[in-house]
Amino acid sequence: MTEPLIFELSIPGRKGVRLPELDVPESELPADLLRDDLPLPEVSEVDVVRHYLRLSQLNYAVDKGIYPLGSCTMKYNPKINEVAARLPGFVGIHPLQDELTVQGALYLMYHLQEQLKAISGFDAISLQPAAGAHGELTGVLIMRKYHLDRGETQRDTMLIPDSAHGTNPASTSMSGLRVVEIPSDARGNVDLEAMKAYMNERLIGIMITNPNTLGLFDENLEAICQMVHEAGGLVYGDGANMNALMGIMRPAEIGIDVMHFNLHKTFSTPHGGGGPGSGPVGVVAKLADFLPAPIVVKEEDAEEEAPLYTFYDPPKSIGRVKSFWGHFSVMIKAYTYIRMLGDEGVRRAAEHAVLNANYLLSRIRDVYPLPYDRICKHEFVVEGRFEDAPGVRALDIAKRLIDYGVHPPTNYFPLIVHEALMIEPTETESKQEVDRYADILLKIAEEAKTDPDLLHEAPHNAPVRRLDEVYAARQKILRYRRDQQ
Amino acid sequence: MVFVPHTEEERQAMLKAIGVEKMDDLFYDVPAKYRYPTLGLEAPLTEMEVLEELQELSEANLNAYRTPTFLGAGIYRHWVPAVVDYVLSRGEFYTAYTPYQAEISQGTLTAIFEYQSLICDLTGMEVANASHYDGATAAAEAVIQAYNVFRGKRKKVVLAPTLHPHYREVIRTYTQGMGLEIVGDEALEKPLEEVVEMVDEQTFAFIVQTPNFFGEIEPLEGLADEVHTRGKKALLAVAVNPISLGLLKPPGEYGADIVFGDGQPLGLGLNFGGPTLGFYATKMRYVHQMAGRIVGETKDVEGKRGFVLTLTSREQHIRRHRATSNICSNQGIMTLAATVYLSALGKDGLRKVALANYHKAHYAAERIAALPGYTVVADKPFFNEFVVECPAPVAEINDFLLNEWDYEIIGGYDLSRDYPHLARHMLVAVTEMNGRDEIDDFVEALRAFADYHQVEVEA
Repeated sequence: MTEPLIFELSIPGRKGVRLPELDVPESELPADLLRDDLPLPEVSEVDVVRHYLRLSQLNYAVDKGIYPLGSCTMKYNPKINEVAARLPGFVGIHPLQDELTVQGALYLMYHLQEQLKAISGFDAISLQPAAGAHGELTGVLIMRKYHLDRGETQRDTMLIPDSAHGTNPASTSMSGLRVVEIPSDARGNVDLEAMKAYMNERLIGIMITNPNTLGLFDENLEAICQMVHEAGGLVYGDGANMNALMGIMRPAEIGIDVMHFNLHKTFSTPHGGGGPGSGPVGVVAKLADFLPAPIVVKEEDAEEEAPLYTFYDPPKSIGRVKSFWGHFSVMIKAYTYIRMLGDEGVRRAAEHAVLNANYLLSRIRDVYPLPYDRICKHEFVVEGRFEDAPGVRALDIAKRLIDYGVHPPTNYFPLIVHEALMIEPTETESKQEVDRYADILLKIAEEAKTDPDLLHEAPHNAPVRRLDEVYAARQKILRYRRDQQ
Repeated sequence: MVFVPHTEEERQAMLKAIGVEKMDDLFYDVPAKYRYPTLGLEAPLTEMEVLEELQELSEANLNAYRTPTFLGAGIYRHWVPAVVDYVLSRGEFYTAYTPYQAEISQGTLTAIFEYQSLICDLTGMEVANASHYDGATAAAEAVIQAYNVFRGKRKKVVLAPTLHPHYREVIRTYTQGMGLEIVGDEALEKPLEEVVEMVDEQTFAFIVQTPNFFGEIEPLEGLADEVHTRGKKALLAVAVNPISLGLLKPPGEYGADIVFGDGQPLGLGLNFGGPTLGFYATKMRYVHQMAGRIVGETKDVEGKRGFVLTLTSREQHIRRHRATSNICSNQGIMTLAATVYLSALGKDGLRKVALANYHKAHYAAERIAALPGYTVVADKPFFNEFVVECPAPVAEINDFLLNEWDYEIIGGYDLSRDYPHLARHMLVAVTEMNGRDEIDDFVEALRAFADYHQVEVEA
């Protein structure tokens, strides 16, 4: 890779934009408050376009090919979503405008809430959380406040399966609660026996991901919900894996009390190289008063022709979790997507996500060790190691996949599987693309035995070779410094 | 579009390879009584139809870019060069995810490294992370970082009452389980000099904003020393409007320990307030208590420069319940927008934008101050926003501007919504987007309202 940094393209005195001449008289500036130097790049517009275009070409992306990063649901992002979110009447509204001047936006938010209720079975939704982890924090705070509101101040313990995303325990401890890890049983379900010891008056509830991060539907789910409810606890559903279940089962019906959605996973909004996401939270009726303020409600007025959409603050709200109303432009994309799918479409998406995952698994299962041998849901986990190639690790396989021009799976997660490779093809990949991925995985397994160095030294065909993460952590070069280059 | 590419033949072949007969068999483990509910979603639309619906919805909104607007209060109408959206529209950027696989994510990683550098340069700080959700959540994370610097031994944090109301609220939401003592904003009219006096040896941080919620530039000179002395090394965290830093001395030069804010003014649209960008920078000595992703420079096995996610042992996927924060997805593409915006404007452009904001806001303030019935309340220098005491409740004036005046004007923010003692006080924002004629018309409309109101009162 030879692309310089934008700072290295800077030429003193070069300008990129022209601004209108000042059309008002100048006022006196507060001399003692002014900065001496503004060390920003000095580049032309052409420099900017070429630099970032060249950088973009160093990236892999869904628009280039299959991106089976487990737990991330890297499905194709429909282009109509982008057109919709960029409509001037959406981009150009200020969040503090009079509600009467933003009825189109409020209509969309209200109906997205309704769509998510229909898909999940929950009674109320807040669209405010900005991402999945943010939704988790919101949900955990709701659970905490629900118990406090009932005077059960002694409740402080959250159960979290050992297969959970790291955000679950992190969200729980941020909320000031105690984390107890629950092991998985031999079939990859939450171990019911291990839970029993915690079914007491200290229980806040459980955070459960279903299908779990092994890609398995927890066969004990209904029993878990019953057990937790009997102990006075609540069940949190981590909706990261909702892509396997939309149109198949409504989480609220089986006993989940509160759940976040990932609009950027299940509902096709792009991942943006790290964000923005959007993590709406759904709850059953008894938790609705605790949702973060505000949510959108519809006021039917007999005198007016059209209903008025307006913001409403739930009376026992945990408070506001971010400024303004949430990630509105992400909501537009999710709304657009669901509006194009309907009942049948969401079910078809989930079915084909599961079909693709099981098909890919069937193609490689005799070669890659499979710790839990069951029909999977939208993703599955195999081990990235082979008995007859002792030096090869999951990391080597991942890096070798890059040489074949595809994206590696999630690796080393979940933590309960050795050398985990977590693979989620998603429904938008064709049989041909899934087959191509399977062929590459099989070829790499062969190479692991015949030429392991090919894997150890991978990638060979990428903008850079394997990067030294230890060096980065030790050197801590976290910004460009003019004086040191 | 058609959302799944499979043909019927392929579907059958795949089911057969899996060893099941039909699609339903893949869901054998979902309890039958819950399987295949009727959802009741509206009948699906084609792309052609859905766009029509969305166009209608979008046109039901009043577009602030096409309407004279004086509303700010945290979200600002700024000019965004076309090049920003061009770069954001590249599928290679927006359809990628968090750069876990560094070798095929150098585009994203390099851009984040540039972003971190730009934020450091702008704020005068040593290290920046790759974003929080917005300014408000960055404020909450600043409180948590400072709390962790003292290993939870101190419980008190002091907030300036002029910190954005949403920031103060989100700090309380985030920390409601932590048992903190959050003070400073009980009396909203208390001046900053008196609020600082609440900092003591039990205090882990003082949080202040400049320009503050009322647009005033707070005197930061000596503030860090005062906080550090009174609070025995308590941290000073400063929220800042990034456009103002095109002109004003950055908080880092005044000794701030954490500088954060909302990056919406840096090349992001209004978008009804989200997604924006929470930028965040601190001193190198606190880097291990900072939340969020960080990109660092390194080299590959051939010695070539490259970039990776680094210092990840702070994060939730490694440290789980002991992580500095639960943050995972952040504002990736928004950091790219800010990076392209700051690069495109550059040294000269950002300063000119900041100057235009300053001069236009002062021109507007001067003209409004000359109107009978209106008083500009400005004890301190201000940047692009200022407070006007009005002859009537702000809601009435805004209603007049929007519905009674010759054409629609979106007036300023009604401060009584958050500050009960500021009835009849309007927060007016003026940016480079407000032409002189727009400002003059706004002033005329305010004058007309006062006249009309006077008649009403006398009648």
